[in-house]
Amino acid sequence: MSFLFENARLIDPDAGTDRVGHLIVTHGRITAIEDQSTAFPPDQFPDTARMDCNGLCLAPGLVDMGVKVGEPGERHKESFKTAGNAAAAGGVTTMVTRPDTLTAVDSPEVLDFVTRRAAEMSQVRIAPMAALTRNREGREMVEISFLIDSGAVAFTDGDHVLTDNRVLSRCLTYARSLNALVIAHPQDPGLSRGAAVTSGKFATLRGLPAVSPMAERLGLERDLALVEMTRARYHADQLSTATALPALRRAKNQGLDVTAGVSIHHLTLNELDVGDYRTFFKVKPPLRSEDDRQAMVEAVAEGLIDVVCSMHTPQDEESKRLPFQEAASGAVGLETLLPAAMRLYHSGQMTLPGLFRVLSLNPSKRLGLEGGRLSIGAPADLVLFDPHAPFILDRFTLQSKSKNTPFDGQRMQGRVRGTWVGGTRVFGQ
Amino acid sequence: MTFRAKHLLGIEPLHPDEITTVLDLADSYVELSRQAKKHSDVLAGLTVINMFFENSTRTQASFEIAGHRLGADVMNMAMQASSIKKGETLIDTALTLNAMHPDLLVVRHPHSGAVNLLAEKVNCAVLNAGDGLHEHPTQALLDALTIRRAKGRLHRLNIAICGDIAHSRVARSNILLLGKMENRIRLIGPPTLMPAQIEEFGVEVYDDMRAGLAGCDVVMMLRLQKERMDGGFIPSQREYYHRYGLDAEKLSHAKPDAIVMHPGPMNRGVEIDGTLADDINRSVIQEQVEMGVAVRMAAMDLLAQNLRNRRREAAA
Repeated sequence: MSFLFENARLIDPDAGTDRVGHLIVTHGRITAIEDQSTAFPPDQFPDTARMDCNGLCLAPGLVDMGVKVGEPGERHKESFKTAGNAAAAGGVTTMVTRPDTLTAVDSPEVLDFVTRRAAEMSQVRIAPMAALTRNREGREMVEISFLIDSGAVAFTDGDHVLTDNRVLSRCLTYARSLNALVIAHPQDPGLSRGAAVTSGKFATLRGLPAVSPMAERLGLERDLALVEMTRARYHADQLSTATALPALRRAKNQGLDVTAGVSIHHLTLNELDVGDYRTFFKVKPPLRSEDDRQAMVEAVAEGLIDVVCSMHTPQDEESKRLPFQEAASGAVGLETLLPAAMRLYHSGQMTLPGLFRVLSLNPSKRLGLEGGRLSIGAPADLVLFDPHAPFILDRFTLQSKSKNTPFDGQRMQGRVRGTWVGGTRVFGQ
Repeated sequence: MTFRAKHLLGIEPLHPDEITTVLDLADSYVELSRQAKKHSDVLAGLTVINMFFENSTRTQASFEIAGHRLGADVMNMAMQASSIKKGETLIDTALTLNAMHPDLLVVRHPHSGAVNLLAEKVNCAVLNAGDGLHEHPTQALLDALTIRRAKGRLHRLNIAICGDIAHSRVARSNILLLGKMENRIRLIGPPTLMPAQIEEFGVEVYDDMRAGLAGCDVVMMLRLQKERMDGGFIPSQREYYHRYGLDAEKLSHAKPDAIVMHPGPMNRGVEIDGTLADDINRSVIQEQVEMGVAVRMAAMDLLAQNLRNRRREAAA
């Protein structure tokens, strides 16, 4: 059975095109893309098998690299059901889930639990990541081969930095033999210990413990040296400072198999947004200066940074209603990733195909997934959105179980009108 | 212009005229405190609760005396010993106290911003008695009053603040206050004890004490915490005293009539020479303690006036 999307503004990140046309889905896959001039008679597509998109944008669904779901262990913060609903509402068709749960996803048994729960409860696809070391403690490597067989798409200890260089180099070497992707959080743990914000005038004024942006560069330089040594496939989960970028550029020019991501928060907010100790703006790494934010936007636009993600980190009210230093880090982002990213489109810094390259195509490619493309044969994981529709975000309307968004009360522009996973509609009507 | 603030959470939001209003009223409370019958009833019927989440003897006593002299009912809560140990959050503690209808909460907390958070959740006026490394507004106000009375003015003075700036909320509040009043501020200390980008606050930074003190009217010393003395931030106590301890020789580089201040409690022989601290011709350290009570009386009085006005408007 086929379904026709008529008169859609088709955003194809692979071809880099943005043009009005029609798209046909058959048995959950994209089977044809036609020019605007093509006409489809009602006998070919009856009313129930067609949708007039009226010029709204149709793009490959987002592949969000680094989503924290509270299962196992913290289902009161987020379950696969609520995360799946939030993802669908945000146009995210694949959640690349983090292993930093309680307990950590560090064995095939725990991974099986995660994939089973996700299959039962989540409306959207998941691509699970596994821990790199047991219990994310940085001492013994996990069963990388078994975990790959169970469906792990990448290996990461999350924000636990592996400090022992010998252990990390062995993990990288072993992962290399299995062609596994290792994802790290580049940060010097000594310099960043106890820090809640980025060092500078604002941190000094507020009297908060702070970390120099240099800690990120130190962490990245260390990791890249070990990648050069081991030739492993490496991805930096989040870069956020201008000072770290030359190292990334050098590694890429050297031909190392290296990519990097950035969270949407570091592209759209800066350290001053913390204002009067607002804990919803406490994220890890901390928000940076406006200069750093702009440098990151440029790095994404030029292609140096490959992936933009939400770093969806649900936290309950209690863990945020505390003095800033004590409050938990992290922000929910599945539903705000696309509208917040649209700020970069409306400011003229990114094109729509460029945005979907970093939101959908690149993460999909890097993880060896099928989605993220608007091409014939690709799975019909699609998002239909109005790039201009304005709204004011009310955090209590979010589908996530946790409501800790820094965008509460902010003006946004860009609304999701429909989300499809494998051709099945999971959001909108 | 009068003092309009609802809370006294820091120096940062205050207008220079508001600072002057507090200091002028504090002057009158200095006179009251020096009389045999040192009692007023401007806070009669009001309840003041002192909540100290961090150890303090001097500041808590100062607030307590200030409250009593104005006729308030004052209660001290030793927060370290009570609910915190039972796992109650700061906000729950605040709501519990709020239900007892206090009029003024005096709060000290080890974390920056904790007092701001608490102020959002209660109906009464909140007075910050020091939060983390953020602010200690009454200390800056009492220092300002001490300087104004000793020097006859609070503007166009050369003021040196010496020692552990990075870990000092007293330094931050003083930098903000003295800057607002248009003084020239110099910070003196080892670079490991200077906060990041402090130059952007319009101050001059020195790591040589003699150069920094040259021509100063006021020398404010800061306390160096014991736990910072052993190799972490500075090599040793004796090297620190050699380079940054205030003695007569180093003080001779300042103006001949320069005054010496210290927020207390002092480490004699670490940041200041004991004899110098006791020199009544140079040291105003005892005056600072006296001004502390007067400034806290003034701040409580003004906050209570605003509280009564708000309640009157709400009732009308």
